[in-house]
Amino acid sequence: MSSIINNDILSPISSKRTRKEKLFKICGLSAIIFALSMLIILFITIFSKGYSAFYQTRIKLNINFNEELIDPTGAREITTLNTADYSKLISQSLFKFLNIDKNHPKSSEIKSLISYNSFLTLRDRVLNDPLIIGKTVKINLIASDDVDQMIKGNISLNISEENRKISDFQIEAINKLKSDGAILTVFNKTLFTKSDSREPEVSGVLGAIIGSFYCLFVAVCISVPIGVFAAIFLQEFAKKNKITDFIEININNLAAVPSIVFGLLGLSVFINFFHLPRSSPIVGGLVLALMSLPTIVIVTRASLLAVPDTIRDGAIALGASKMQAIFNQVLPLATPGICTGVIIALARALGETAPLLMIGMIAFIPDTPIAITDPATALPAQIFMWADHPERAFVERTSAAILILLSFLIVMNATAIYIRHKFEKKW
Amino acid sequence: MYVFLAILLCAFYGFYIGKKKPLKLVQNKDLSKLNSNPKYYGYYIFLWCLIPALITFFTLNFFSNFLIKQIVLDLVPEIETISKTNIEFIYDQIKIMASGNADAFNTDENLMLASDKYKELIFIYDASVFLICTCLSAILLIFFQKKISLEFPARKKVEKFIKFFLLICSIVAVLTTVGIVLSLFFESLRFFKQISFLDFIFGFHWSPQIAIREDQVGSSGAFGSIPVLTGTFLITFIAMIVAVPVGLFSAIYLSDYAHKKVRSTLKPLIEILAGIPTVVYGFFAALTVGPFIRMTGESIGLNIVTESALCAGLVMGIMIIPFISSLSDDIILAVPQRIKDGSYALGATKSETMKKVILPAALPGIVGSILLAVSRAIGETMIVVMAAGMSARLTANPFEAVTTVTVQIVTLLVGDQEFDNPKTLAAFALGLELFILTLFLNLMALKIVQKYREKYE
Repeated sequence: MSSIINNDILSPISSKRTRKEKLFKICGLSAIIFALSMLIILFITIFSKGYSAFYQTRIKLNINFNEELIDPTGAREITTLNTADYSKLISQSLFKFLNIDKNHPKSSEIKSLISYNSFLTLRDRVLNDPLIIGKTVKINLIASDDVDQMIKGNISLNISEENRKISDFQIEAINKLKSDGAILTVFNKTLFTKSDSREPEVSGVLGAIIGSFYCLFVAVCISVPIGVFAAIFLQEFAKKNKITDFIEININNLAAVPSIVFGLLGLSVFINFFHLPRSSPIVGGLVLALMSLPTIVIVTRASLLAVPDTIRDGAIALGASKMQAIFNQVLPLATPGICTGVIIALARALGETAPLLMIGMIAFIPDTPIAITDPATALPAQIFMWADHPERAFVERTSAAILILLSFLIVMNATAIYIRHKFEKKW
Repeated sequence: MYVFLAILLCAFYGFYIGKKKPLKLVQNKDLSKLNSNPKYYGYYIFLWCLIPALITFFTLNFFSNFLIKQIVLDLVPEIETISKTNIEFIYDQIKIMASGNADAFNTDENLMLASDKYKELIFIYDASVFLICTCLSAILLIFFQKKISLEFPARKKVEKFIKFFLLICSIVAVLTTVGIVLSLFFESLRFFKQISFLDFIFGFHWSPQIAIREDQVGSSGAFGSIPVLTGTFLITFIAMIVAVPVGLFSAIYLSDYAHKKVRSTLKPLIEILAGIPTVVYGFFAALTVGPFIRMTGESIGLNIVTESALCAGLVMGIMIIPFISSLSDDIILAVPQRIKDGSYALGATKSETMKKVILPAALPGIVGSILLAVSRAIGETMIVVMAAGMSARLTANPFEAVTTVTVQIVTLLVGDQEFDNPKTLAAFALGLELFILTLFLNLMALKIVQKYREKYE
């Protein structure tokens, strides 16, 4: 400490020292401003790219359910109704609306204004209610992603036609539809009710959310009991010796092992050794459980430590055994703290992607998983996959999926904070 | 399924009997004559009915799977000539046929025979397991309920079991580490049988593209991990250049300059940065930061690729800030007030106290936190997978694309996997390298931080 006592310090506060003091403070402040501004930029970027995915363009058309096209025999057999050419109904109605001959050289461009999968909507309509055949009904059909992007203003119309995803002819048609009020903008329900798809306009995050939910469910079932019991043992029962020291070092180190290594563990142990199904939430859940185990042990120990010894001594003085004192008195008092820690650990597990890549949870899975052994994907893995698609519509959906993921995390963390404030006792 | 039901039924009946019996034994309802609370006698019988039967069930299950597979596959002709993955496939097919689902697509007679045998064996196995487990449970029930007497220390025995169970739970963490080490080690061993260890550690050329199937075209591959490691270190270094000063200055400002109220809002806000999933950072880096850096470079005449090390490192640095600021903040606050007071009493200003007294005292702890952050940066995956490149280049130029250990693990394991091929196994060798590197950093950091804590507690 001798270095302090030099001439610089012994002299009265000089302007030089004041300046240094100020500079130091400004450095600290600007560091914080830098960190926070990065946070804000991140949120603004994601939000500005993603919010538009929550609404979607639809095209309102008068569809004539022409009996001759759907079911010329009138027998109404399921197979005929299933295989009828519903796309033709859509294109007929579009051509009629736009006054275009169906033999027009660019008629295929017009057909592609409507989402490729729209015929399924019509088919379901007919299968649900065969009486609709022969009638003309107004139906809102999902527009293709290019139309959607143009309506949202994400496609620049000033560049030349070859470099544009949408042709002049299509723009003309869209403008006509627009001026006739056939173009609607509605809330994007598909995003929440459908799973992955190759067509951006009909892809959603439902399958990924369910996959994530299953993973977390498995992870909770495994890591919470094991983690809490392990913490009780280490904190309350373990005598200080080499074995418990070793376990402790182990747990502390495990908390800092890169997540991708847990993925490698899952791949070689759960999939290659135990032959559990690849890409399934059960393997994902197991890996996430092992990953969040150390965190849960550490927070549980901290909350057990926070319960004062007077509680233990009181219970034991009244004749309880040590086990009874801990399970009936200490553990209930430590529960809010444990809950908080568990929720935070799970929030981290929810956002984890790398180990899921290792066990194959990034596959194109258009179905919603039913059981925990079905192939599935998870929300962060879905984000990763969509981020790879170059289409503007997928960029929008990736950002929207991120917003959904972040809102889950915010809810979880807010719950944790609420529990901490509401129930935690200060001793 | 029925086995579980039977065992559980047995166990609950045991609990009931165990609880009732001591009540019958005591006269005049004088419970103080009993050694333990009656329910502990119940628990005691319950555990003895449940645990041994379950252990038997799982052991039988584990071994019978191999046995049945062996017997069934012996029925398939020329089984020795079939490769390992195909055997799995055939066995799966037999299983599906046995369940009666897919008899249409395969009518090979040998397979039919095998699937019949499989059905038969499974039936025998199920029946015998049911009998063995239920009988075991029932016998133990009868045997242990006889042991119940007034003096029998049921509570102590039950608590002893619970304590043992707690110990098992805490050993799971050790088992996880053992699992990690063993799985990485054995797969790496298989890798080093094909590629020499020295080539891997000291090789300067990394191009793991080997033809997995014979009809694919591809080079023969080279597995020198040096360029991958240098890429990792380059990105980590850039991340640290961002994170260390920002994190440290934030910690200093929060702990010594900020008002208490300001601190309690700013600290959680900065910690949000650590809570954002890394895949979000990856998307941010690839979509916003990368193009921004490239355009900035263009405007000042520099040629920067979109997937530059600078971009990945910068974003990773932002992610790391809270790891350094939180830990350093705690550590700076742990420096005893008397040391600070002494410095102020000598007339030092705040910044002088911080620079010349507090930071030197807190240095070991801060170094520990930085080491933890480095370990975190080395193991970080999603940001680099999405924002850094694939090609292994030996360069220190932050404007070029480099690759990292984690990126290579992901590219090697996503897609076709063939566990006889060095391409797939190389991922495990890289994983081992990563594990050892981070283990070393973690242990060192934990030790330093712990020593530091003890010093001031």
